[in-house]
Amino acid sequence: MYNFTFHRPTTVRQAAGLLARNPEAKILAGGHSLLPVMKQRLAQPSALIDLALVEGMTGVELKGRSVVIGAMSRHADVANSAVLLEAMPALASVPGSVGDPQVRNRGTIGGSIANNDPNADYPAALLGLGATIITNKRRIAADDFFTGMFSTALEEGEIITKVSFPIAKKAAYEKFKHPASGFALVGVFVSKRGPDIRVAVTGAGSNGVFRVKSFEEALKKRFSPKSIEGMTIPATGMNNDIHASPEYRAHLVGVLARRALAKATA
Amino acid sequence: MPAVSMTVNGKAVSGDVEARTLLVQFLRENLRLTGTHVGCDTSQCGACVIHIDGIAAKSCTTLALQCEGAKITTIEGLAEPGGPLHPMQEAFRENHGLQCGYCTPGMIMAALDIVRRNGNDLDEHTIREQLDGNICRCTGYHNIVKAIAAGAKAMGQGEGARQAAE
Amino acid sequence: MSATGIGAAVRRKEDFRFITGKGQYTDDVTRPGETRAVFVRSPHAHATIKSIDASEAKSMPGVLAVLTGADLANDKIGNLICGWMIHSKDGSPMKMAPHPALAAGKVNHVGDAVAVVIAATQAQGRDAAEKVNVEYEPLTPIIDLVKAKSGQQIHEIAPNNTIYEWSLGDAKATEAAFAKAKHVTQLDIVNNRLAPNAIEPRAALAEYDAGTDQLTLWNTSQNPHVARLVIAAFVGMAPEHKLRVIAPDVGGGFGSKIFIYPEEVVCLWAARKVQRPVKWTADRSEAFLTDAHGRDHITHAELALDEHGKILALRAHTIANLGAYMSTFSSSVPTYLYATLLSGQYDIPQIYCEVDAVYTNTVPVDAYRGAGRPEATFVVERLVEVAARELGLDPAEFRKRNFIKSFPHQTPVIMAYDGGDYGASLKKAMEIADVKGFNKRRRESARHGKLRGLGYSAYIEACGIAPSQAVGSLGAGVGLWESAEVRVNPTGSVEVLTGSHAHGQGHETTFAQLVSERLGIPFENVSIVHGDTDKVQFGMGTYGSRSGAVGMSAIVKALDKIETKAKKVASHMLEAAEGDIEFKDGKFTVAGTDKSAAWADVSLNAYIAHKFAGQELEPGLKETSFYDPTNFTFPAGCHICELEVDTETGKTEIVKWTAVDDFGTIINPMIVEGQVHGGIAQGVGQAMLEGVVYDKDGQLVTGSMMDYTMPRAHDLPSFNVGTTETKSPSNPLGMKGCGEAGAIAAPAAVMNAITDAIGSEQLAMPATANAVWSALQRNKPPQAAIPPQAA
Repeated sequence: MYNFTFHRPTTVRQAAGLLARNPEAKILAGGHSLLPVMKQRLAQPSALIDLALVEGMTGVELKGRSVVIGAMSRHADVANSAVLLEAMPALASVPGSVGDPQVRNRGTIGGSIANNDPNADYPAALLGLGATIITNKRRIAADDFFTGMFSTALEEGEIITKVSFPIAKKAAYEKFKHPASGFALVGVFVSKRGPDIRVAVTGAGSNGVFRVKSFEEALKKRFSPKSIEGMTIPATGMNNDIHASPEYRAHLVGVLARRALAKATA
Repeated sequence: MPAVSMTVNGKAVSGDVEARTLLVQFLRENLRLTGTHVGCDTSQCGACVIHIDGIAAKSCTTLALQCEGAKITTIEGLAEPGGPLHPMQEAFRENHGLQCGYCTPGMIMAALDIVRRNGNDLDEHTIREQLDGNICRCTGYHNIVKAIAAGAKAMGQGEGARQAAE
Repeated sequence: MSATGIGAAVRRKEDFRFITGKGQYTDDVTRPGETRAVFVRSPHAHATIKSIDASEAKSMPGVLAVLTGADLANDKIGNLICGWMIHSKDGSPMKMAPHPALAAGKVNHVGDAVAVVIAATQAQGRDAAEKVNVEYEPLTPIIDLVKAKSGQQIHEIAPNNTIYEWSLGDAKATEAAFAKAKHVTQLDIVNNRLAPNAIEPRAALAEYDAGTDQLTLWNTSQNPHVARLVIAAFVGMAPEHKLRVIAPDVGGGFGSKIFIYPEEVVCLWAARKVQRPVKWTADRSEAFLTDAHGRDHITHAELALDEHGKILALRAHTIANLGAYMSTFSSSVPTYLYATLLSGQYDIPQIYCEVDAVYTNTVPVDAYRGAGRPEATFVVERLVEVAARELGLDPAEFRKRNFIKSFPHQTPVIMAYDGGDYGASLKKAMEIADVKGFNKRRRESARHGKLRGLGYSAYIEACGIAPSQAVGSLGAGVGLWESAEVRVNPTGSVEVLTGSHAHGQGHETTFAQLVSERLGIPFENVSIVHGDTDKVQFGMGTYGSRSGAVGMSAIVKALDKIETKAKKVASHMLEAAEGDIEFKDGKFTVAGTDKSAAWADVSLNAYIAHKFAGQELEPGLKETSFYDPTNFTFPAGCHICELEVDTETGKTEIVKWTAVDDFGTIINPMIVEGQVHGGIAQGVGQAMLEGVVYDKDGQLVTGSMMDYTMPRAHDLPSFNVGTTETKSPSNPLGMKGCGEAGAIAAPAAVMNAITDAIGSEQLAMPATANAVWSALQRNKPPQAAIPPQAA
């Protein structure tokens, strides 16, 4: 990789200051999205600002009817959080399915969503639950956050500090693993919270995570796999690669949505 | 060049490194601990797995500078020189869980993390799922799976239980 | 059987260093003043090089030199070669194009080396390599092997990009047999291209000693002596006696580390130029771009049958993609290692095979675990399976009906099978796999919405390569014997120097088992020395499942000589006639008396030489043997794969794997089972997961492990492994070889099982979930139909 300067601020304010002074700098969270890209010399940040020493950025907390997860919380810690497993095990299963155990030991929620890899798992959960992304500057609704492949609503100097998830009684994540990379070839997160029904899909769309409005509409009558029996989505706009054709991905969206619904309503 | 210091296999070490130095480079090139290997460049193969503060990580996807002050354990640190092997090392030998040996250090370090997370009584399905981050091209995994189950059990029965907890 | 002798599952000697992190692989070796080589590689599949400007790179920190193909030519460094001559049907020799270690004016695949930067550190080298400015004029690339013949010519020597058009067998007799057939089964087969991916990437470290004019190369080689021979005699780097090649611990090879590659040549050359040691270690991306790939055939195959389901003839036409250059043994793989096995385990009166080998703008293709034999087995076992299905016959019964049952058996394609019992391995495999209960299991699966399938693969391979005279007559540039030197020390401990080399096979253990049993000395008192041309005089290396059958036979021969000599020493010590000395369990006795001498005493006496005069017996106890086998060996067996297909997603899960193999004599069953496991994993990988893909421009789509699917633990089941045994009559130990069986057998077993499950033959490897789902869409499956196995 190209060389860079390395910084370890101890507060978010310091980190933001460093970002402001180094326009080509990048935030380093778990490093499991950024470092592989840098090793391939596909990114050349002038500085890395490691958030490891910033206090108060980890942990899973229950706040009213929401679960709040610190941006530097590692996937393994979230997946095994007693608080989360009690409040909403469906959400715990998402970081529990990321990458492999060693990646889960290091990768973080903040890093994952800031990167917005079109095949990452977390974006499906955020969009599928209507989460709120909390930064050092503002709160952003998940519906507004993911703006396309590797692209988010984050502005310069903005650092994700927390993510708040409303607790849904009925929710589940189903993932069809990419056989080589372990990312989601297709991942579907479904949830029902009162009248708010969400079906969010990652891995399939060439523009990143998206909601399936047709499924959501159909599920309003009854939140059950039967309600979307036989339904699928158009293959246009689906990713196409050697592991899955657009038609196959579109088909999997239906299959996985039904399986997630079965799990959520079991 | 920035300085870094950490504890590796119980010994305090330090060095001046370029910021871009990966932990695996620091271990192999600066410390000459060549038991930790590199088998890919996309964080897939797991030949480089070591423990950072007791937790398995891929040293090819970690900067040396991220480990300032950390306790690192590598394959070389599992058994005292001249002392008995760690039960997991012994289990790999006893069950022919290795052929060319290149993935083996990473496999053993990953196996210890499986025990840390899942305990000493491991079924085949759990082991296979939890080995997702380690690739072996020689063994077809059959004997690795057997070795990890046996090693985990042996760790529960004695010395290894203490070592794994550390 | 002793606890450490032949047949014992002895734990491996080599393991201690590997499980403690003390292995010494090439990249672990460092030399004082070591520098790093970083290659500038072509981003184009096919282009001419208009100019190379290295001025900026040369001025960067840490850079010692930037060298190009022009420098290589100036220094008269020769080309890499392919060492097996194949002649076309018309008698013309194969068209071997020049393969310089650094491109000379033209690049022929993405990743082709154009220049090399020698720098103090790897990072500095990479920084500088990016600044080497190469101007290319792109040419139309030829990627698809089917279109190779009609595409833009890649090499001047090879019109129509054709390397050879070769054939084997009797075309006319085969055609006549087809004319009489009652039924003909036809298949179009793609044998997918694979990346070998030994987990240790290739590496080379070269050092030049100006004082002695001696070059030393540490490299990741399966056959260091052949590397030295080629680099000395053909590349012309240095005279053979001024070049030492050391292959230390090697982290897997699977064929890919047999060959002589540009990088090791360049490191040697550069080390002499910069007068510093030069190291290169591939990263995985580089490995995908430069390690010789495997397979990559397309074949049209036909099987002619009579009204009783008896096979009359087999006919195949194959196009083999050899990539951009002819790698070291590439020409032999789709010819003599492939078409010679098209008889499989079956009595097939006529066989005719044509093979067209072509150049494309892709990485060179050469031997990969099995090398030609997996391709042959796949053709035969898919044909046989489909023929049985088309005739409505039980596939096992159909196989039995056509098995070769008496030996020796001369096939129409060169090979003379010397022994085997194919019915025995099929029967045993069917028992272990509980084929009888399959129908019930299939119905059970159907109840859960899954399709269950069962597939056989009754494979045969020709191993123990090979009789030198035979392969010489077929075009091999070398003999394929093996050497052994047994050194008995004065204290009685033994060192065996072998020309075989190990990269995971456990030779340090199995070879020691043989010596321990033969000499009756403790296993611990034997050590195996290999992988260093300064220690071992010559050897052919390890590939083609040859180290047991050929390498160990050489050790046996040397041990015979040791015994003869030791008996002479003992006869002097015991004052008895040489003919009266008996040797058993490490003790020399005089027949009919109680006089004896222990092994260690005789060893010591051989060296102190107090008991005999130099005129009658030379001091010392060291013997050498070069063993040349009399025939190939023919390991064979039957694998049965049982699997379930999720009809909604196409995801396939192997639920049961049975392997019954006949490897002849087995020295260490633990190690043999391990070899079978690993082979099956690679075969399953080929069938379900792996496949090298290039886009139309010749860019490697599967250029990392993020895209190329390596088999992982959760992709595979545990394996049920059994054996049957018929000894090979062709070597003193009766061994046949086991290293490739799994990779040879597995792909057909998997594909026969999936096609059985989904009721369609229209499925190519790798049978990914997407591919299986698509096949199901094309051909809606039968609802839990009664399987042909049970009919």
